[in-house]
Amino acid sequence: MPTPIRLFDAAFWTGRRVEDRYRPDRLDAMTYLDHAATTPMLPEALDAYVATARELGNASSLHAPGRYARRRVEESRERIAAALGARPSEVIFTSGGTESDNLAVKGIFWARRAVDPARTRIIASAVEHHAVLDSVEWLVRHEGATVTWLPVDGVGRVEVDALRVALDEYGDEVALATVMWANNEVGTVQPVAELAGLCAGRGVPLHTDAVQAVSQVPVDFAGSGAAALTVTGHKLGGPVGVGALVLGRDVECTPLLHGGGQERDVRSGTLDVPGIVAFATAVEIAVKGRAEYAARVGSIRDALVAGVREAVPGAVLNGDPIDRLPGNAHFSFPGCEGDALLLLLDAQGIACSTGSACSAGVAQPSHVLLAMGADDDRARSSLRFTLGHTSTPGEVDALVAALPAAVERARRAGAVRAARA
Amino acid sequence: MSGGVDSAVAAARAAAAGYDVTGVHLALSRNPQTYRSGARGCCTLEDARDARRAADVIGIPFYVWDMAERFHEDVVDDFVAEYAAGRTPNPCLRCNEKIKFAAVLDRALALGFDAVVTGHHARLGADGLLRRSVDLGKDQSYVLAVLTREQLDHSIFPLGDSTKADVRAEAARRDLAVADKPDSHDICFIADGDTRGFLHGKLGATPGDIVDATTGEVVGTHEGAYAYTVGQRRGLDLRRPAADGRPRYVLSITPVTNTVTVGPAEALEVDRVYGERPVWTGGSVPAADVECEVQLRAHGAPVPATVRVEDGRLVASLHRPARGIAAGQAVVAYRPDPAGDVVLGSATIATTERAGAAGSPASGGTH
Ligand SMILES: Cc1ncc(COP(=O)(O)O)c(C=O)c1O
Repeated sequence: MPTPIRLFDAAFWTGRRVEDRYRPDRLDAMTYLDHAATTPMLPEALDAYVATARELGNASSLHAPGRYARRRVEESRERIAAALGARPSEVIFTSGGTESDNLAVKGIFWARRAVDPARTRIIASAVEHHAVLDSVEWLVRHEGATVTWLPVDGVGRVEVDALRVALDEYGDEVALATVMWANNEVGTVQPVAELAGLCAGRGVPLHTDAVQAVSQVPVDFAGSGAAALTVTGHKLGGPVGVGALVLGRDVECTPLLHGGGQERDVRSGTLDVPGIVAFATAVEIAVKGRAEYAARVGSIRDALVAGVREAVPGAVLNGDPIDRLPGNAHFSFPGCEGDALLLLLDAQGIACSTGSACSAGVAQPSHVLLAMGADDDRARSSLRFTLGHTSTPGEVDALVAALPAAVERARRAGAVRAARA
Repeated sequence: MSGGVDSAVAAARAAAAGYDVTGVHLALSRNPQTYRSGARGCCTLEDARDARRAADVIGIPFYVWDMAERFHEDVVDDFVAEYAAGRTPNPCLRCNEKIKFAAVLDRALALGFDAVVTGHHARLGADGLLRRSVDLGKDQSYVLAVLTREQLDHSIFPLGDSTKADVRAEAARRDLAVADKPDSHDICFIADGDTRGFLHGKLGATPGDIVDATTGEVVGTHEGAYAYTVGQRRGLDLRRPAADGRPRYVLSITPVTNTVTVGPAEALEVDRVYGERPVWTGGSVPAADVECEVQLRAHGAPVPATVRVEDGRLVASLHRPARGIAAGQAVVAYRPDPAGDVVLGSATIATTERAGAAGSPASGGTH
């Protein structure tokens, strides 16, 4: 094979094979800035998982092992309820955020429509996670639902007045409203209590996806006035594949999964006892330590934002500058493509995200950024850095050191693309 | 990395040679399902997974690059437009010219990479010359001949010295699961292999006449001249047999009048080929006539010829006539060489003629 002509400094790549260096179990040896995708399990949650996984018992069985397993589940339910300001009976264990979102949106829609066939409208924010977005769109396509999308402002905050107008116009035909507690891409925190109050005034149940919020901002189910709330384990130090839908006691919800009726007859399936115990452990710790966490992670995040701005003067911070998750920093880098930057940072051992959904690994321009008024180029030029309980200031230093060279290359690639467009 | 065995082994060899390799799979359709086609094609979700797994086994990073828009404009739309204009395009060649060694290479260079490595069967050695693969049955130099010197300077083809059988055996040795994945032969964006149906869907029905070149008579009708290729014999569905009872072939396609002209096999013979937009692989335009061989279609047999440049066009005078040469295909000039025939240059066939061995006037006119 020929030695190719080297146009650019090879040092950027040579000897830096990310696949060779990567050690999946060595958090301290990597720069992990993608905690919103998944965050490492808390040691206590991992210990609880391993210990419980050694134990026997189907929580639905009537004998001693069954009773023991059931006890572990019910204790966990109580711990989660206490941490989230809910009653134990309101906690329905699921396989995670996606299932909880599907269950809430479809289940409440079906149940409300069954009582009153006129209730076929869904009010949803334009910046929901795909688990909500696609559930809504599925109901539109297959169940005759109609939808009112609530617009957001330039920082991604839902316009409360738009909900008021929608409720005034369609109040009697609304099946449910759904607005996430905090956005997973740009980190903007929504005025959930205010929105829930408006909904309650019209007898409309509000579902809120609090997957990113729990552990980062105060979340109190009863205090919020929401009818249903989604939470998942793996975003707060618990295991992946377990979560809950907190469902108000008086909220009707048609099941998605039929079977043994284990969870209030709303959800069937043998309960994942070790997962649930570990999930409860993580929720409890995360909620108890939230204020300290927010202060510590928030200050690292502030350093990251300042560092990125200094390293890349043109960078634009997206999302609400104040009302945002303490672990979230989301930027547009004009002239760059987010996925080119991701590749370049990845080659330097820095893991981050373009924040948007992938189909076959191809990044689509984020619907969140587009809803915030960004054009296609700005949406494609964005990158999300999210921090968590293992984050250190050193990771920010690593990012800030690597970013200028990566941005320069990504701009060159962006210019190539623009020139041909 | 298409998800096939060739690109997987090419990547593995480049990595083993000490290059810092990153695997890239091209997403060529915004909606991969629409191109899903079982064992055919190369852009299904399953192929993306195969490519990813190969990268895992080799131990290199892997990304999917979205080239759907570019591919659609530069390859698919071009393919349809070429047929509509009465020519017969080669989409693999166009994809190399516009996507793999242009859009992908440009992006790669900008990001700091030095070259694009592909699993094409062709040799590109230290001398910088592009040669046929040692496996003549799998040789792909024809669809690479369109590359400029600059593009070749940033290309690596690690498979040119191996037969396909060797490549498969090496894939198996390297534990690459794609080792016995079937070869793809079809046009990747035509899921069912039905080119005519695909063009019909894009261009609609445009009925017209099929005319006999000898008698000038209308001998049949067609649903769209674009569905025919020069040299084609089957599927003409002619109403009347030729007077001499011999089979007739498509001689030319005239989009302006929407006519397909047919005639006997010998009328297909041409001995002069004019090519547009020549690319000289060596980097410089030949100053004098070049005695060489030309290949006039993918997998076609080489024909001895004299090649020269005239008004910026490549003109190939064939030493013996060739049949069924379609405009839109490439004429690729090779210098025979025991170490592998060397690509001198290529051009897109614009017109052909029958000049006649003794300088008699063109019989069939310009096709
Ligand atoms: C806001 C939001 N909702 C739902 C989900 C889905 O949760 P899970 O991964 O547990 O299915 C995620 C995680 O990607 C999320 O960020």
